[in-house]
Amino acid sequence: MDYSTIIQHNIGSLSYFVPELILTGVILVLIIADLLLKSERSAWTSVIALAGLLAAFVAVLGQYQMGSRTIFSDMLVVDPFAFFFKILFLASSVFAIFLSIGSVELSGRPVGEYFTLIVALTLGMFLMASATNLLTIFISIEMVSVVSFILATYLKTRRRSSEAGLKYAIYGAFSSGLMLYGMSLIYGLTGTFNIYEISRILNSTSPEPLTLFIAVLLMLAGFGYKISAVPFHFWAPDVYEGAPTPITALLSVGPKAAGFAVLLRFFNVSLIESGTNGDSEAWFALSGLNWPQLLAMISAATMTLGNLIAIMQNNVKRLLAYSSIAHAGYALMGVVVLSELGVSATLFYLTVYYLMNLGAFLVVIINQDLLRSESINDYKGLAWRAPIPAVAMGVFLFSLTGLPPTGGFVGKFYLFASLVQRGESFHYFLAVIGIINSVISLYYYARILKAMFFESSEGQTTSKIAVSPYYVVLLSVLVIPTLVLGVYWRWLFDFLRNHSASIFNML
Amino acid sequence: MENHVLTLITFLPIAGILFILPVPKENKNVIRIIAAVFTGLQLLLAVWLFLNFDRGTTAIQFREQYQWIPSFNIEYFMGIDGLSVPMVLLTALLSFLCIFASWGIDKGVKGYFAMFLLLDTGMMGVFCALDFFLFYIFWEVMLLPMYFLIGIWGSPSRKDEDGMVRGGPYAAIKFFLYTLFGSVLMLLAMLVFYFNVTDPVTGGHTFNMLHMMDQNNHGGLLNVFNIRLLIYVALFIGFAIKVPVFPFHTWLPDAHVEAPTAISVILAGVLLKMGTYGMLRISFPMLPDAMKYEYFAYGMAILGLINIVYGALCAMAQKDLKKLVAYSSISHMGIVLLGMSGLTSLGMNGAVMQMFNHGTGTAMLFLLVGVIYDRAHHRQIDGFGGLAVRMPIYAAVVSVAFFAGLGLPGLSSFISEAFSFLGAFGSTLFNLKAITIVSTLGIVLTAGYFLWTFQRMFLGQLNPKYAELPEINGRELFTLIPLAVIIIILGVYPAPLLNLIKVSLNNLVEVVAATGTGSLLGLQ
Repeated sequence: MDYSTIIQHNIGSLSYFVPELILTGVILVLIIADLLLKSERSAWTSVIALAGLLAAFVAVLGQYQMGSRTIFSDMLVVDPFAFFFKILFLASSVFAIFLSIGSVELSGRPVGEYFTLIVALTLGMFLMASATNLLTIFISIEMVSVVSFILATYLKTRRRSSEAGLKYAIYGAFSSGLMLYGMSLIYGLTGTFNIYEISRILNSTSPEPLTLFIAVLLMLAGFGYKISAVPFHFWAPDVYEGAPTPITALLSVGPKAAGFAVLLRFFNVSLIESGTNGDSEAWFALSGLNWPQLLAMISAATMTLGNLIAIMQNNVKRLLAYSSIAHAGYALMGVVVLSELGVSATLFYLTVYYLMNLGAFLVVIINQDLLRSESINDYKGLAWRAPIPAVAMGVFLFSLTGLPPTGGFVGKFYLFASLVQRGESFHYFLAVIGIINSVISLYYYARILKAMFFESSEGQTTSKIAVSPYYVVLLSVLVIPTLVLGVYWRWLFDFLRNHSASIFNML
Repeated sequence: MENHVLTLITFLPIAGILFILPVPKENKNVIRIIAAVFTGLQLLLAVWLFLNFDRGTTAIQFREQYQWIPSFNIEYFMGIDGLSVPMVLLTALLSFLCIFASWGIDKGVKGYFAMFLLLDTGMMGVFCALDFFLFYIFWEVMLLPMYFLIGIWGSPSRKDEDGMVRGGPYAAIKFFLYTLFGSVLMLLAMLVFYFNVTDPVTGGHTFNMLHMMDQNNHGGLLNVFNIRLLIYVALFIGFAIKVPVFPFHTWLPDAHVEAPTAISVILAGVLLKMGTYGMLRISFPMLPDAMKYEYFAYGMAILGLINIVYGALCAMAQKDLKKLVAYSSISHMGIVLLGMSGLTSLGMNGAVMQMFNHGTGTAMLFLLVGVIYDRAHHRQIDGFGGLAVRMPIYAAVVSVAFFAGLGLPGLSSFISEAFSFLGAFGSTLFNLKAITIVSTLGIVLTAGYFLWTFQRMFLGQLNPKYAELPEINGRELFTLIPLAVIIIILGVYPAPLLNLIKVSLNNLVEVVAATGTGSLLGLQ
């Protein structure tokens, strides 16, 4: 290929890169606007950010049913799989901006660069979902990480926030290093960074199994860090507790989903037996490399540890941090089965997780406004003082537990169904661990409900607290779909089922 | 109406919630009346079902079948047979009466009745659903309102003498954790069924319970006998927690005692039956060979024996009247288990009749406990004495309930208990004679604790503290009389109930009997 064709190819790719270009443009506009706007008007930047995200959303919708194609010399891919994630990322960022507008934690601070960073984070997540080359995977993960560090420390006067950012950065640098080393080993084994090429070469040659295993393990450090899987989860509780709550909410759904996008794409494209995918509903791992069992162990450890430690928490944000670790474990159950149902179950779970987890954090933010506290003890009797957020919290927590009629139940149902469908013994083992964990999780979610509904507030404060209509609207935006998806989820699941296998289209 | 009666009867309470929500919460009586109207309509529909149910066929009646989630073959499939009809009747009757038993609830009235109606829908749905997935949804939906009803409107949290935290919130979470554990096991069993049963028409997998019952549709893992045993155990634990069967019973005394009166009635009257209903609806017909696996059959009979005798002994030791009634439930549900385990027509019919009769009987008992608690604000049996002088009507109603509880001839539970014991005793498949004989010890113990309690509370010297205790009032009698009438009628003339159930149950017994035991089946 001479240079002119490469240039032509890249220029031709640009028309498939419109959403990302829009986001880049918005970032630039935001930086300039922040300079020009007087500081007391910096809130206007949120409007620009929202408009930009909306424009990107329209552009992403234009990619619906565009099929799959790689762009920029196979660096990125545009496919239905990435389409799903892009919608999810946009939804996360838009919601985070709405949360930030109302948040008291951020009031009175210059927020121009804050919204710029959220848009930059979105761009990074977009690239993660479409990366098909180890280099773009690395760069996009780093982009998301670095932006996250800054966002986590945004309340720089708050000690915990700075501490959180530092921990985040150190763990991030460490796991990035490990991942980079793993990538270099893969390059050494195959001579390529392209994940489709890697698949072909690993299947045609038989690489040294131990080296390959170590390489994959090291790369898992990077992916595991992003989805906060055990044993790469240590940053999560501190960061979730210390960061401004809207950012905690965003980090718990956006970058986590992006991590799953990369994980699903890399493992299912590069590390499977060739010829077993495509038309079939299920496929097999590369012989000699039993990564499904490895991920199953990580999944079991992640959900068990997350749930057990969550029991002991008294700070709701921290409790939700551990719960979010546990949920990464649940979502991993769909990754280990290597089937269409498994992948769609994971995507479905990430969607309902978006709703219910953001919802839970939204209630935390509302309560922060009302009570200036994140402690379970201070939630006592809240149901009688502010019934709307309390009832909404009930819905979100039951959904997180996985009880019908909520989306969380359907999500877990499909995850377990995919395990039982594949039906190897370790799948059953994982399913049993999963159901036991669901029961454990009920205990700590119910602690919050118990405080809110069953106990009366200490002292004289029993007066009603008014919740602003703004929050009521945001709550209903999350509560209604959580409940609807528990009763009627046909369209969403069918959509995911038809598109989840698109990761193989370019193989 | 013919075609949608089950949907109506199940979702009427939800419609009631929609009417209740906009009512300002100061209008407590409006809320109560709306709840009464909707459960009343539900009861009317149940009576209509009772009158129009064809007693001569084993077929599923009033069926409604629509696709729900076609890509996973989940259907909205409702229908009833002789096994479900008495449970539907019981649910509708007790729900209606409990609205009146809840009239005195004064805190969060709106929330209470909304939760109660949601619970009602869940219970009704369980007994009408014939799609396993739908069944599971209803089964779980019940847990949420139950949790709040016990936690918020039950007794407040307190520390016992031994320093343990007790009270409504504790009982609520204990109930929730136990039952959730049982149901997630059921979820796994359900998924194994789904992926190993084929729909004979479409060839796809199915959640349709009728297809699951047909052994010809079983394939894959379901051809492996040991796996079938394993699934049976998972299902059994799920159902046993609900019954509750020893050793899964420890949530029951807590939940029943801490719950408000009406909720104790629903718990004991309807929820416990779901466990045995699940066994008869799901475990027996879907895995008949596992049921007939002799260790399991004897195991079930022995668990029944333990429930009967242990429950009765525990009841005898109680000082708290409500706890006594709670343990008597454990004992009486043991009789259901024993009746089922013999796999005879007599025992099976007796077990289902016992489910219904225990529902009405124990409902009366809990309502009566509520009556005295509302007046004296305690339930210590020894704290009373000579109440018959002060409250003769109350004492009379209590004596009906107590005599029904101890199985006096002429009252409904005598017949069902006799059927259950005789059925187990006469089993030709298994030799349950010794177990049955020991179990009958439970009858003596039951008579003992009921009579002893009656004596301590109602006979002897009137405790001067209670010389001014008001007599049972009209509203309370209104909740009790219908149950007493049913108990007496069915005691003298059980045919209405027996005719309702016997065709379906005899069919079930034949189906199970026609299947060989696992070892004879020749399955790998």
